[in-house]
Amino acid sequence: MGNLDIKLKVDASGLSCPLPILKATQGIKSVASGELIEVVATDPGSVKDFDAWSRSTGNAMVEQESTGGKFRFVLRRK
Amino acid sequence: MTAAAAGADKPKKLVIIDYSGELEKTWATLILASTAGAMEIETTVFVTFWGLQTFVKDRKRITGQNWMQKMMSFMQRPGVSHRKLSKMNFMGMGPWMMFQLAKRYNVAKPKDLLEMAQAVGVQFLPCQMTMDMFGLKREDLIDGMGEPVGAATALQLMTEADSTLFI
Repeated sequence: MGNLDIKLKVDASGLSCPLPILKATQGIKSVASGELIEVVATDPGSVKDFDAWSRSTGNAMVEQESTGGKFRFVLRRK
Repeated sequence: MTAAAAGADKPKKLVIIDYSGELEKTWATLILASTAGAMEIETTVFVTFWGLQTFVKDRKRITGQNWMQKMMSFMQRPGVSHRKLSKMNFMGMGPWMMFQLAKRYNVAKPKDLLEMAQAVGVQFLPCQMTMDMFGLKREDLIDGMGEPVGAATALQLMTEADSTLFI
């Protein structure tokens, strides 16, 4: 942790479903294959939703952590 | 992740039949369509009957060729931003409150979701029969919609899809 080369940070704090997923989709399309993006959301449903999104798209979940009502995801574009 | 890679090999397909024109059902259609597109699920929305009113340009007030068609559009204003609730509409007070709540809780409006759905490649196909019956022309409908099709195309899409919804 901390040494990941994150190309783009997407702040989806305060946004309701399905906006965190839609913002992440926009974000990941702006980086190259193999590059990482970080998404921060506050929607508690986003933990399961990002897992489903990652499985469906094949963009891998590299890291996931929850701290104080914030959910952080690091995703690698396939 | 091999499971993810395997899942991504053959794209899943979703078909939504957008039949109702009400605000809450339009919202459901567009939340699911935009998210499905974001999940790289091949998504087609067949837009028919009252649902087609949603896909008339917001700025169009009266549509149709004859007085009956014109009166229909006058009685229920077309456009994605002018949907009514099926319950608690209260002459527009209900939708107004819904939009206030949506704003407060950062919920995307149907119009924004529609734009995002189109941006992630969701196909919206208008029903030719509905267009004829309501006197709607291609230029009455929003930009970026597919070619008008009929029930046979809708059924072919539905039987080939992994999941189909009628909303």
